[in-house]
Amino acid sequence: MTGTAWPAVSPAWQQSVWFRLRWAFVAALGIVVLILFRGTLPDWAITPPEWLTTNLPLPFLIFGDGFFPAPTIKGSSVADWFNGIVSVLREHEILGLFTFRDVTRGIAGLIVWPLDFSEDLLISGFSDWGIPPIPWVVTTALAGILGWYLRGWGLGLLAASCIAYCAVFGKWELAMTTLSLVLVTAPIAILIGLALGILALKSRRFERALWPVLNLMQSLPHFGYLIPIVVFVGLGHKAGAIATILFALPPMAKITIVALRGVSEEVLEAGVMAGCTRRQMLWRVRIPAARPTLMVGVNQVIMQCLAMVVISAFIGARGLGIDLLFRLQTLQLGRALESGIAIVLMAIALDRLSQALSEKEPVHRQEGPFWSVHPYLTAAGLAAAAGILLAYLVPEAGQLPREMTVTLAPQWDLVIRGVVSALYDPLSFIREYLPPYVLIPIRTFFEQLPWTVFLGAVGLCGWVLGGWRLAALVGAYIGFIVLSGWWTEAMVTTYLVFVAVVICTIFGFPVGVWASRRDRRTRVVAFLCDTFQTFPSFIYLIPVVMLFQVGTISQIMAIVVYASIPVIRYTYVGLRAVPHSMVEAAVSSGCTPSQILWKVRMPLAFPEIMLGVNQTIMFGLFMVMIAGFIGGNFDLAREIFKAKAQNDAGLGLLLALCVAFLGLTADRLISAWASRRKAQLGLT
Amino acid sequence: MAEPVILCRDLWKIYGPEPTKFLARHDSKPSPEQFEQSGHIGAVQDVSLDVQPGEILVIMGLSGSGKSTIVRCLSRLIEPTRGQVLFQGTDLLKATEKEMIEIRRHKMGMVFQNFALLPHRTVIDNVAFPLEVQGVDRAKRHERALEIIELVGLKGREKYYPRELSGGQQQRVGIARSLAVEPDVWFLDEPFSALDPLIRREMQDEFLRLQNLLHKTIIFITHDFDETVRLADRIAIMYEGRIVQLGTAEELVTKPATDYVRAFTRDIPKAKLLTVASVMGPADGNPGDGPAVSDDQLIGDVAAQVFGHDRPVTVRNGSGSVVGSLTRKQVVDALFADGS
Repeated sequence: MTGTAWPAVSPAWQQSVWFRLRWAFVAALGIVVLILFRGTLPDWAITPPEWLTTNLPLPFLIFGDGFFPAPTIKGSSVADWFNGIVSVLREHEILGLFTFRDVTRGIAGLIVWPLDFSEDLLISGFSDWGIPPIPWVVTTALAGILGWYLRGWGLGLLAASCIAYCAVFGKWELAMTTLSLVLVTAPIAILIGLALGILALKSRRFERALWPVLNLMQSLPHFGYLIPIVVFVGLGHKAGAIATILFALPPMAKITIVALRGVSEEVLEAGVMAGCTRRQMLWRVRIPAARPTLMVGVNQVIMQCLAMVVISAFIGARGLGIDLLFRLQTLQLGRALESGIAIVLMAIALDRLSQALSEKEPVHRQEGPFWSVHPYLTAAGLAAAAGILLAYLVPEAGQLPREMTVTLAPQWDLVIRGVVSALYDPLSFIREYLPPYVLIPIRTFFEQLPWTVFLGAVGLCGWVLGGWRLAALVGAYIGFIVLSGWWTEAMVTTYLVFVAVVICTIFGFPVGVWASRRDRRTRVVAFLCDTFQTFPSFIYLIPVVMLFQVGTISQIMAIVVYASIPVIRYTYVGLRAVPHSMVEAAVSSGCTPSQILWKVRMPLAFPEIMLGVNQTIMFGLFMVMIAGFIGGNFDLAREIFKAKAQNDAGLGLLLALCVAFLGLTADRLISAWASRRKAQLGLT
Repeated sequence: MAEPVILCRDLWKIYGPEPTKFLARHDSKPSPEQFEQSGHIGAVQDVSLDVQPGEILVIMGLSGSGKSTIVRCLSRLIEPTRGQVLFQGTDLLKATEKEMIEIRRHKMGMVFQNFALLPHRTVIDNVAFPLEVQGVDRAKRHERALEIIELVGLKGREKYYPRELSGGQQQRVGIARSLAVEPDVWFLDEPFSALDPLIRREMQDEFLRLQNLLHKTIIFITHDFDETVRLADRIAIMYEGRIVQLGTAEELVTKPATDYVRAFTRDIPKAKLLTVASVMGPADGNPGDGPAVSDDQLIGDVAAQVFGHDRPVTVRNGSGSVVGSLTRKQVVDALFADGS
């Protein structure tokens, strides 16, 4: 495996299971040795000593009129230093005029304009001019016509029923608030992402600087955005909007770079030969030709926006999210489910519509009168006119009064109670046996894992997989966590994610294999994965709280439910992507179906499957933070909630970075392994 | 001869870590081993050629021979490593970006292998695109675009999008676009290689029809020798970045410069290529006896006459005087010899 010289190994020995699993044996041996001899290690090698955390001599910032940092409550040098930067930005007046925070708050203030406008339009109406909001029947009809235009009447029906659900079940105002947040934030995130992508195209240096920042931003958990936003923008609706924009922009920037660089060389040459200037090349050739790929980014941004808008409820963004959060906290599960369904329906509608938009191919128009050339515009106009007239005659068509809305919450509560009592006995097994025999031993192991050993093991993996460069990188990630002063908490988080990822793999891998065996199964599972993937992560707390209430098991189960999707998806995609010629070769050599699976498909697909596990780890780290408020462990999530409660932005950012670095460490190591393995197999 | 439209001398295009230094270090004569050792690739090596007004120059070679790179150096889509390209007397490689844009806007047109149409524009907007970027107003450019669309036989499809057309139709759009600005020089980079053989033949006829109308100066890239023979006035054969021979099809067949050219030309239908002048023997001193053929006729066209007659056939030139004679044996040798 490595470049180092191995003692000569006989072929027969090389074929044996013992040799092929040698790394697993080395790891197991290491763990046994560690458990036996941990006591002989000096204390400083086990938990990070104070001279590394609280007494680390970091350079103090001398800025303007004072010394920073100010001490924090439970201080570590790094946290103090972060807070120093935050308080400089918060309090130091640039040129004695305004602080950085004034600038951010000023910019954030601008977002209020479009937000107010869209909410007036959808919900409250423009009272100054006496204009009522768009009647719900019109909104529903327009959503339907949009779907009809983009793909066909099926999608139209889906979109219209999703909107209608919100009206009929009395979630209109909440849903439209959420929708208006998405409608305002998504275009802004798209434009910023596009601009960053264009700048990266113009300057390689900018691209090289931008890429790692985007990677980091994508691995920061949601709270990594929320807490600093609270300090620099404040609590409330617009803060949620700003956090959403920041959260949703990295994928757009990345896809823009890829899309603009991916335009076919010939098309670009055609543009040059037509005599385009540089500006014409960008706007008339490159960007339009990259449209299909850019649209994939638009779809992603919209879905990320919805997910973040829901989670922004934690800092006071209004809408369905805050309703769901409140219902969950007060254990009104039926009502929570009803809000959850509204979010899910909105996610499905937005996803399918934006996907249809990205797949829509231009079609030429026939000559004829306006209504036959533009049937959809005509229909939309007619529907709007009819709807407004109807709302004028029948007020219920404008705004459905509360007493006419339906709620199924009591029925849902009954269903939930039924399900929970039916599952109580089967699940008691998990509740009773998992903690003492599985969870607590693993937690103890991670809690007591000496940081030197962890750092060394990660560094060694990095060195074996990618040389000293990778070793230094992942070493720096883990080193940062050591210095941060939250080592034990980080290890508890690692333990939670580790257990959840193991369960995800045990469960998801067979499902993926099963799904890959028949076309029909693949289609069904792919549809389910695609659908579940679009749901905001927050939704997954509902069934978990239903079945397991709160506690460690809930936190782990929430991760399992959310993070199983990538393992399943990468498994069946990897297995099915094995080149057909290789399978045919195996068939003609007389392999049985199971031999083809285990001797041909599996080895070739394994790197891809590991990338799925990698994604699962990233998803798990996101979810472990969100589920923190039902978990009650002494982990990073709990600390981050505390930091949020205390408005401690520096600490919040620090903790978020710890989570991001855990994720990036896993990501770098697994990606390095997978790409090396793929190269060995000749798959790249 | 008239002044060539394009004249290029000592043209080099080298890819690798430091192309210019590498070329200077080896005194402009790097050997294949030196290329390999230093990690450089000589895509175009020491190429000189001229393109006469109104001629079709076909650059032919297998993939990787550097033919596409040459055409991109001539249009300066690729910056050559060294050399000179004179376009109607101006040095193209010294032109500024602005001057290049002007030249491309008014004097050059190019057709691409995979059509390179802009997918988001209708046929008419694709064809009008070169005019649009010049700032020609909408009515005027659409009028011009319609003219050319009609010329290439796509009338009625102008509102269609490229993906709604077949491959052959898409390439007609590509051709129309390249002709929109009435260029002096027309570059065609393997324009028919992505099409089915039947469509390819149809498009070649179409191309010849257009050229009969327009009389452009053409540089045509292809890897298909049949296509080359059908279309070319002159042919440049490329091998590993160099032009190994430049001449008419007949010259390539009768006087191949290298074994490579000989191997290439072996299988071509000579009956449609060789003229009487290239195979006839000296006059046998019996003029006026029997039928006579003209010296610029193709062998295939006179074969029946030669075989229908016991004695050698007299060959006369354009002004009617006797220039030689043609025997059955000469015809058979010319048609069936494998060039050795």
